[in-house]
Amino acid sequence: MAKQNLVVIGNGMVGHKFLDRMIAKGATQNWNLITFCEEPRIAYDRVNLSGFFNGKTEADLTLVEPGFYQDNGVQMYVGDRAIKIDRDHKCVTSANGITISYDKLVLATGSYPFVPPIEGKDAEGTFVYRTICDLEAIAAYAKTCRVGVVIGGGLLGLECANALKNLGLETHVVEFMPRLMPVQVDDAGGLILKREIEAIGVSVHTQKTTTKIVSENGRVHKMTFADDTELQTDMIVFSAGIRPRDDLARDCNLMIGDRGGIVINESCQTSDPDIYAIGECALHQNRIYGLVNPGYVMAGVAADNICGVDSSFDGADISTKLKLLGVDVASFGDAFAKTPGARELTISDAIQGTYKKLVVDETATTLLGGILVGDASAYGSLLQLMHNKTTLPPHPEDLLLPPRSGGENALLRVENFPDTAQICSCNNVSKSDICNAIRDNGLTDLASVKQCTKAGTGCGGCVPLVTDLFKAELKQAGIEVKNHLCQHFAYSRQELYHLVRSSVSSLEESQQIYTFDQLLQRYGQGKGCEICKPAAASILASVWNECILNPPHVGLQDTNDAFLANIQRDGTYSVVPRVPGGEITPDQLIVLGEVAKEFNLYSKITGGQRIDLFGARVDQLPHIWARLIEAGFESGHAYGKALRTVKSCVGSTWCRFGVQDSTSLAIALELRYRGLRAPHKLKSAVSGCTRECAEAQSKDFGIIATEKGWNLYICGNGGMKPQHAQLLAADLDKETLIRYIDRFLMFYIRTANRLERTATWFNKLEGGMEYLQQVIIEDSLGICAELEAEMAHQVATYDCEWKATINDSTKLQRFRHFVNSDQRDPNVIRVEERGQLRPAYEHERQLLTIGQS
Amino acid sequence: MQAITNQSTATRWITVCALNDILPNTGVCALVNDQQVAIFRVGEEDLYAIANYDPFSSAYVLSRGIVGDRNGIPKVASPVYKQNFNLATGECLDNAEVRVPTFSVRVVDQQVQVGSTQL
Repeated sequence: MAKQNLVVIGNGMVGHKFLDRMIAKGATQNWNLITFCEEPRIAYDRVNLSGFFNGKTEADLTLVEPGFYQDNGVQMYVGDRAIKIDRDHKCVTSANGITISYDKLVLATGSYPFVPPIEGKDAEGTFVYRTICDLEAIAAYAKTCRVGVVIGGGLLGLECANALKNLGLETHVVEFMPRLMPVQVDDAGGLILKREIEAIGVSVHTQKTTTKIVSENGRVHKMTFADDTELQTDMIVFSAGIRPRDDLARDCNLMIGDRGGIVINESCQTSDPDIYAIGECALHQNRIYGLVNPGYVMAGVAADNICGVDSSFDGADISTKLKLLGVDVASFGDAFAKTPGARELTISDAIQGTYKKLVVDETATTLLGGILVGDASAYGSLLQLMHNKTTLPPHPEDLLLPPRSGGENALLRVENFPDTAQICSCNNVSKSDICNAIRDNGLTDLASVKQCTKAGTGCGGCVPLVTDLFKAELKQAGIEVKNHLCQHFAYSRQELYHLVRSSVSSLEESQQIYTFDQLLQRYGQGKGCEICKPAAASILASVWNECILNPPHVGLQDTNDAFLANIQRDGTYSVVPRVPGGEITPDQLIVLGEVAKEFNLYSKITGGQRIDLFGARVDQLPHIWARLIEAGFESGHAYGKALRTVKSCVGSTWCRFGVQDSTSLAIALELRYRGLRAPHKLKSAVSGCTRECAEAQSKDFGIIATEKGWNLYICGNGGMKPQHAQLLAADLDKETLIRYIDRFLMFYIRTANRLERTATWFNKLEGGMEYLQQVIIEDSLGICAELEAEMAHQVATYDCEWKATINDSTKLQRFRHFVNSDQRDPNVIRVEERGQLRPAYEHERQLLTIGQS
Repeated sequence: MQAITNQSTATRWITVCALNDILPNTGVCALVNDQQVAIFRVGEEDLYAIANYDPFSSAYVLSRGIVGDRNGIPKVASPVYKQNFNLATGECLDNAEVRVPTFSVRVVDQQVQVGSTQL
């Protein structure tokens, strides 16, 4: 049978979820999946949109794995809006003039922001908040603004306020109702929420009806309210609710609700059985759901029905948990106690800034709903109690308070939930789904559990529960969660580091651990491997800083470290001398050119402002380095899990915008930390002004000059998963800056896993940046003096490894291809490309060897 | 265990270097009848010899790998893509279909000798 056409209009979160469900069901066998996406980008996470201003990129927000649609043959029309549905001929026409016939049609057109009919609402400087395009427009305009106002204090409005705050604006929220988040939170909760939000510097104005937006010189200038007050502002964002996008459905005469919304039945079908509607555009039993979760449920129901599986949409749970402007807010079930006989129990703590309300039935034995503000950690568990109608303990308030006499409340423990408990409501994953996945597949890490079950991959609210369940399940199975380095050491890298580090202060020298053999003998077993040996070598270097090619250490090193150069695909090496800060004299450039010419090396500029010379055979390396050292170069440690480079711009020495001498600082930092071995490579950069030409925010530690000093950013990286560095401290003088970097680097070296870069390490740190600031700036652990002393030892004992090697004939012995011959490796074959030599590819080798024989 | 066996009389032993030329727990590469042989010294005493050619990277580099053991089996990890090879049998421990040739090797008077017939 020929495939039928299934057209989806709209590629937002729900439209994508629908396609995802169809693909997961194997529906591509019977259906051609076709989708129109009005926005220039495919589905992304609208729920976390404000993250866009907080370092998140488009790539972080996307919901679609790269290549997912292509791999599954989904026909995409991106940036092309569907403008007409012809139900008689069963086809859809787009703005670009494409017409596609459908057998089944799914409308996932979403909603649009409601802009109240206020005088001046279209003035220059007014915006809505829904798409990344909206955000880009807001961000661009905000550059010229000091003050921003959000009209609407609901969920999205507060998200939007967060965005404005992240853009550095003085932020105000104006709400027409007497409290914030009127749909989710009651008056008492709203009051606590208002206080908490004001405490972080966002002004909240409730019960304000905006009457007019006044412009001056063609730009928004102020707004006036019904109570004759006014508020000056440079820009306004409307977030006063949403309206379903039902125009397409209206035009083709599908049934529409009195106040908008495409009417659907329990199968998510519209009044035309071949047309479905899902998400915020759909009206189910006179109700529009403005949350993503019900939309996801509808997507699943529609996919089921189209695939011939019977399932129905019977309304959806609109329980929500969010972190808005840093404040937890959760609302679930019958939050406003509308059930007859329902009773309320509230605990309001104005000191801690928390408000917790439980709504229970007449007999106080079952939970009907609740509200949590300021601390929503109990949300997941309470939701389970409600869904499973668990009988409550005699004092239900215990569920909200710390345990009365030690031990946590057993009812709230995930182990005690029934198997049917729905843990992840976004993806409808039950407790037994998760437990079975863990048991059947022998899963031993959380990431696999999430990948396998999809639990925790929606809004993320259930991740703490999934984590607890995962731990409980492993514990029950008798599996200890281990982070042992490898089969030779029943210790983590951190533990081994600690063992070596604490041996330093041992009074008996025999107790000090200098070598891998000593470490293995005391704490390990077997002979070691390519995992534990380089890790131990790195730890020993971070602690003792002995030359890594000394006899007890040389066999531990990965080949790059073992030959102090970077191995390439044909077994030859590349050479990168250190060029501190990227500053290089003409004479040094000439020497590099001469060496490259003499040894016929391919030359390339690196991303770290250095020069990489490729194609050196092992026997050539010492000769090359003899020349380089003579000319004043030293090892660049491009081969090591060590400090690589500190990039810089020219800063105030040349640049007309520079405010500090970034080059001098970069050189000083590179010379200070050169040779420092760490769990992974370290990169740094210094920019001389806020234009950030040195790209410091993509580095493990990056410094940006300010008028008053230096801003220090940490834990960024480029590479496979780019992540922006975050501000640790601002406007530092040079001495303080160096002290903080010393502490930061040594703390990372102490506590990171093997091959864990600072960004990954940071992402796992409980407490995040606040915690790091306490440790590094406030010395909350009382270790800063130790960390500084450890770094001082590293700096004082630095020695160029190449210099140490070419002056030591025993070390040089290893730099030959054959132990019994001076011949070269005959299999290294080169071809010329663009005037330089590169290794031959396999097909070229075959031709060349035939030519020779 | 040592990969030295009483080979047939046809085996010719070729001295390649002194034992001290190989640091404990490292490898070297020797040229034996135009073949590249990777010789490893595991601990002080044990010697193993396998082909230097790494079939995964097509480069002659195995002698530069890190020596160790997996579940007691002595092995080397390729320095390029890190596949492990059983030093005694040449089998790849990460891909049962791959195996590299092995050679016999022994120490006589502190000199390392490789058997010229491939096992």
